[in-house]
Amino acid sequence: MLRQTEGSQAVARTVAMCRPEVICAYPISPQTHIVETLSDLVRTGELAPCEFISVESEFAAMSVAIGASATGARAYTATASQGLLYMAEALFNAAGLGLPIVMTVANRAIGAPINIWNDHSDTMSQRDSGWIQLYAETNQEALDLHPQAFKLAEALSLPVMVCMDGFILTHAYERVDLPDQDQIDAFLPPYEPRQVLDPAEPVTIGAMVGPEAFSEVKYLAHAKQIQALDLIPEIAAEFAGMFGRDSGGLLRAYRADDAETIVVALGSVLGTIEDTVDELRDQGVKIGALAIKSFRPFPLEEVRAALAHAERVVVLEKALAVGIGGIVSANVRMALSGIQLHGYTVIAGLGGRPITTASLHTLFKEAIADELQPLTFLDMNWEIVQRELDRQRMDHRPGPHAENILRDIGIVAARSH
Amino acid sequence: MFQVRIHGRGGQGVVTAAEMLSVAAFIEGRHAQAFPSFGSERTGAPVVAFCRIDDKEIRAREPISEPDAVIVQDPTLLHQVNLFDGLGPDAYILINTERTFQELGMGDFVKQFRPERLLTVPATELAREHLGRPIPNAVLLGGFAALSGLVSIDSVAQAIREKFSGRLADGNVAAAEAAFEFVRAEMQEVTHA
Amino acid sequence: MPYQQIKFYQAGSFVVGNRLLEPEERSVQAKMDRSNSLTSGHRACQGCGEALGARYALDAAMRATDNKVIAANATGCLEVFSTPFPESSWQLPWIHSLFGNAPAVSTGIAAALKVKGRTDIRVVGQGGDGGTVDIGFACLSGMFERNDDVLFICYDNEAYMNTGVQRSGATPPAARTATTKPVGKEPGNVFGQGKSAPLIAMAHEIPYVATATVSDLRDLEYKVERAMELRGARYLHIFVPCPLGWGSASNDTIRIARLVKETGLFPVFEAEHGEVVGVSKIRRQVPVEEYLRPQRRYAHLFKDPPRTDVIAHIQKRADRNIRRFGLLPDENDSADLPGHATDAAGGPGSPPHPDETSAAAILAESHEGAT
Repeated sequence: MLRQTEGSQAVARTVAMCRPEVICAYPISPQTHIVETLSDLVRTGELAPCEFISVESEFAAMSVAIGASATGARAYTATASQGLLYMAEALFNAAGLGLPIVMTVANRAIGAPINIWNDHSDTMSQRDSGWIQLYAETNQEALDLHPQAFKLAEALSLPVMVCMDGFILTHAYERVDLPDQDQIDAFLPPYEPRQVLDPAEPVTIGAMVGPEAFSEVKYLAHAKQIQALDLIPEIAAEFAGMFGRDSGGLLRAYRADDAETIVVALGSVLGTIEDTVDELRDQGVKIGALAIKSFRPFPLEEVRAALAHAERVVVLEKALAVGIGGIVSANVRMALSGIQLHGYTVIAGLGGRPITTASLHTLFKEAIADELQPLTFLDMNWEIVQRELDRQRMDHRPGPHAENILRDIGIVAARSH
Repeated sequence: MFQVRIHGRGGQGVVTAAEMLSVAAFIEGRHAQAFPSFGSERTGAPVVAFCRIDDKEIRAREPISEPDAVIVQDPTLLHQVNLFDGLGPDAYILINTERTFQELGMGDFVKQFRPERLLTVPATELAREHLGRPIPNAVLLGGFAALSGLVSIDSVAQAIREKFSGRLADGNVAAAEAAFEFVRAEMQEVTHA
Repeated sequence: MPYQQIKFYQAGSFVVGNRLLEPEERSVQAKMDRSNSLTSGHRACQGCGEALGARYALDAAMRATDNKVIAANATGCLEVFSTPFPESSWQLPWIHSLFGNAPAVSTGIAAALKVKGRTDIRVVGQGGDGGTVDIGFACLSGMFERNDDVLFICYDNEAYMNTGVQRSGATPPAARTATTKPVGKEPGNVFGQGKSAPLIAMAHEIPYVATATVSDLRDLEYKVERAMELRGARYLHIFVPCPLGWGSASNDTIRIARLVKETGLFPVFEAEHGEVVGVSKIRRQVPVEEYLRPQRRYAHLFKDPPRTDVIAHIQKRADRNIRRFGLLPDENDSADLPGHATDAAGGPGSPPHPDETSAAAILAESHEGAT
């Protein structure tokens, strides 16, 4: 059913239709609307049977999900940014134990400096946790990915996080086609756990594993993610068959078949990128885009196949690996090993800085002219950076960076006496 | 694509206004996208929300820098915040105020725009009258419907009823309809002048 | 706690043998069909108090629930010695997740059971003192506050034993650990430290809080069974000597547990909804020295010259417990406990006892900078 609604609401309602049995969540911007809606649905009985637990921290949230999932209940939680970090230990634990928990992450920057706006630094920081990571471009895709995520998680016994851009998607009102309960029930059967805590058949879960077997157990998680490379497109195809639209999958190419320049990105920025691609195509530029939807597992072969014919690849990413540069681009580069082409990494949108068509126009034109540096920071104010670096060098006690810079750009008016 | 930017202060329902406008467009079978500017929300602080309306899927995600219309919910923002950034000569401007543009100190400013597209409406007063509360957001949408013809007043009314219920809905709809009539009358005056 | 007249008991230890009791009063461990939830073959040290306590506690839980228990274990000695890959000593469904989340995992298990309509299956969360009062504390408090249907058991050996005997939030004053060595002006653990998890649990007003030691195993079993009669958040704090970490003889474990109770240093009691409802009286009070001497972690107090000031302070803590909980017979009238009706001197929030004030003054002088 078509509705004009907030992204968070759409996701929450769809998650509810997936019949989660235990929802445990801790509030953090910008995920709050999702859990608030789910809490309401449990209270009114619309979502039943379901236990909604308000936990005391994100670490507790993931831990409660672990306990619930191990006992055979379909478990769900949602978080962002600092919350994701706070549960980091539990993330690795859940993946290592093979528990099919599904979690929505409303992508948000990680501090310091504290920042509530969107970028991908949170989920990127947990890319090695063993969780499958799927990135949504639109709110429609965000909601569609959740039933797919449960199905995928439970088929593999591996947890899945659905990443959607905080505020940009979570707080945006747009038209979505909400599925109905019967459709979801037909698509997603009840959870059949592969391991379960049951007095009738006692098992020990979480024993220590020494050098003699750790490698093998760890490899299993990797093996499951490799299996996911086949299963993700299968589930997406099944979803398309049942719901009549493409959502999910490993990646999606846009006007890339004959493109000489291909822009690679994840998440909602692809909308703006595609608008810019269309404008440049109208000017005769052979440019296209590639949306990566499954970041973990990383579809090396598929990315290679999609990009191999291009002359240049621009990876636009919303996270920075401090000390080296791009994260997505490093993965893309791995997919392209052995192939000669111009590769550019563009770091953009950190901490919620808007990515505009105007800036992208300029950026893509520079890329096409091969005038870009290998590592570019889009719309960076280098003067401010330089002034702060000078301050650090010249002052013996320059003070905190953030305050200095904010004062520099005129946001902080007060001065110390 | 038509792009609307709504300015106000925290607590005045600026974000809700954008959302309702998007719902009105949806009711008419169009695509619409509404989102806030994501500033730290504090009561009284300047807030911006955006609404894009189109007949095909909207892919852009950036803030609206070149709006086709600006709605100003709080005139105290004038001269404090650059409310009119990016507006072209054919833009629509609707300001919530009892005063005229001259009285607001915008006499020269308005000369660059089309007079029938720059209007004021005392939305807060209408809200007090019909709703009992000085919340102008839904009211302004009624005025905007008249000003731009982008959405019909019926769609606006329906959008209001989806968001609110009972007396709150009734009051808002009545106020919005009053604003619609007010602006329509104002437009006729301007065109005949 | 139920009482029964006994004619014969072991002199000195006052222990009553199973044969002297009615069959239904006998220990779960006396039965051939006991569940052996923690079965033999685990790698605990000789004389481990925790292994003893866990075996008794879980078998009692199994009996009380018709063998329907799921256990969540924190990282620590119990988890490590019970599951040396590729073996497991657990004969019930058991999960180990992380160090700090056993209470939260327990909450999750209980929630899943509730959703599935299987509340006949009960949940036991367990961990050591480190996992309970330190790293797991927020999760524990959250579980209490929500009144989740979990019995959480803390096996308190008063330090992080598994990692090499480092100080925890439960380490008592003056005790030696790897991070509180007997060097410098303040030998051993600094005074004023040590969270009372049972009192904090009581402050949450949960249905049941109890303490026990491995010197009275039937009392321990009774408390587990009592806890299983109730629903909601329940907490059991068990004092378990650690021969390795404490430097005590491996055959002294039960004796030391008895001494800690008989000195008054470890009050043994039950509380419901924040009010003490039962106390295990001291049979024959002993001075704290008798408890401290058999443990090399206190050996630095008995050098030449002995630290009589420290020992006196430890004695004061014991005396305060005796007064607070009414641990000596015929002293209930003047007992002051959190939640008790009477509020005589010595209770929380009331003016300090004169003795305490002077002890505090002594400490303030002799332990500059100690918090």
